[in-house]
Amino acid sequence: METVIKIKNLYFKYEKRYVLEDVNIEIKRGEYVAFIGPNGGGKSTLAKLIVGLLKPSRGSVLVFGEPPERAREKISYVPQNINFNLDLPLTVMDVALQGRLNKNKLFFNSEDKEIALKQLNRVGMESFKDRKIGDLSGGQRQRVLIARALASEPEILILDEPTASVDPKGQKEIYKILNDLNITRIVISHDVNIFFEKIDRAVYVNRKIYVHENIEPIIEKDQDHFCEVELLEYLKMFKNKREKNV
Amino acid sequence: MFDLLQNAFIASLFISVAVGVIGSYVVINRFNYLAASIAHGSYAGVGFAVYFGISILLGTTVFALLLALLLSFISFNNRSRSDTLIGVIWAVGMSIGIIFTDLTPGYNADLMSYLFGNILMVPKSDLIFMAVVDLIILISGVVFYNHILAISYDIDFAKLRGIRVGFLYTYFLILIALTVVMSVRSIGLILVIALFTIPPYISEKFTKDFKAMMFLSGVLAFVFCIAGLYISYSYDISATPAIILTASVFFFLSLFKRR
Ligand SMILES: Nc1ncnc2c1ncn2[C@@H]1O[C@H](COP(=O)(O)OP(=O)(O)O)[C@@H](O)[C@H]1O
Ligand SMILES: [Mg+2]
Repeated sequence: METVIKIKNLYFKYEKRYVLEDVNIEIKRGEYVAFIGPNGGGKSTLAKLIVGLLKPSRGSVLVFGEPPERAREKISYVPQNINFNLDLPLTVMDVALQGRLNKNKLFFNSEDKEIALKQLNRVGMESFKDRKIGDLSGGQRQRVLIARALASEPEILILDEPTASVDPKGQKEIYKILNDLNITRIVISHDVNIFFEKIDRAVYVNRKIYVHENIEPIIEKDQDHFCEVELLEYLKMFKNKREKNV
Repeated sequence: MFDLLQNAFIASLFISVAVGVIGSYVVINRFNYLAASIAHGSYAGVGFAVYFGISILLGTTVFALLLALLLSFISFNNRSRSDTLIGVIWAVGMSIGIIFTDLTPGYNADLMSYLFGNILMVPKSDLIFMAVVDLIILISGVVFYNHILAISYDIDFAKLRGIRVGFLYTYFLILIALTVVMSVRSIGLILVIALFTIPPYISEKFTKDFKAMMFLSGVLAFVFCIAGLYISYSYDISATPAIILTASVFFFLSLFKRR
């Protein structure tokens, strides 16, 4: 499979201290990768480096063999903070259409509107298209921002904690949307629910990275709630089983 | 008298168009402080103009444009950290303006008339300038509508779409500067900021579409100007404070409406 993102010897610092050190990873076309790790570990920073909002202090990031700013048409992004400018008089449709903009596109045509609507439909927000973006709930707004990113028709989609402000039901819906896509996906998460998804690899980011290959979804998720406590119970169960076998 | 009123009426209309569009962008981007800095700092242009005996409009235009460029250079990358510098530029500009008017021989400077304007004394040449600025603003507003709105909502996403964020930021500060300058003799450099911000602030609460917000802002600005003019005429008081106080009354009333 073709490599779509190649990060080599990447170092990054905002001020004096490096927040990312010696990061090396290649991501292949169609992969579904999770970035996990503690708060402040550098997940969002790494995402911003990949999309080109930040420049490496050392080393390189290549997207389709080019610096990210040359691959803009092929990559899209859903930011971590989604609760900005809520007073702005802007409809859901206006926001979704922003995914269609580019340097030379000043006005939208009927094809742009069609694509924006199609993506709103995909995330189940089509009927909200004339609502003001600030009037939606966090989960609804999250879905609109996913639609906006998809409206760019990217080959790579990066989502920074897309389920952070969403209730469990909404989380499931968002993961369902991501699961049904077949483009390259990177999803940042700091809760264990990500392990119920069909992710190919998990990258633990805490200044340095550690890549977990060949992840298998641990269990079928049939309960509404799952957090670290259930995870521990689950591990205990394994341990007991093994002890019995010994 | 009729001529004066007619000019005041036309000036009100032209100013309302400009502040309706530009003011709306200022409010949604929280550029109030930048706009105020350009407005106050431009007083240096008034000082230079009277000292060197050139046209006030020319002096303030040159200065306001220079300030817009300077401020966009200083503040583009980090607006919150450049607050102090923006404030200093504001103060330096005003001080230069006052000193140069002081130094002007035989000029018993009518400071007040540039700080607070007089809409009943707007010359025809200013009206032409206003019409030109309005035209530039309206065309820019249409051409860059989607790009500026995308930047205002989410600058990072706009960058990722390849929108020329830096260029539009500078361009936009230039349009603010032109709007300030066109109001120098009618509303004045200081109170024009209130007209920039109050109508859009009210409109934002009543609209869910940005075009509607700009339109309503323009209408409100015009209503405030005309009402203020009427009050000023009836009670023989200065027009600008009458206009701004009218706007303020509506501003306070609007506070009762929740978002
Ligand atoms: N704009 C910034 N300026 C300075 N330091 C920052 C900035 N953004 C993040 N950091 C620091 O970089 C580190 C990594 O942050 P971040 O990438 O947001 O982590 P995560 O997304 O994993 O929570 C943290 O120590 C954070 O404080
Ligand atoms: Mg983060």
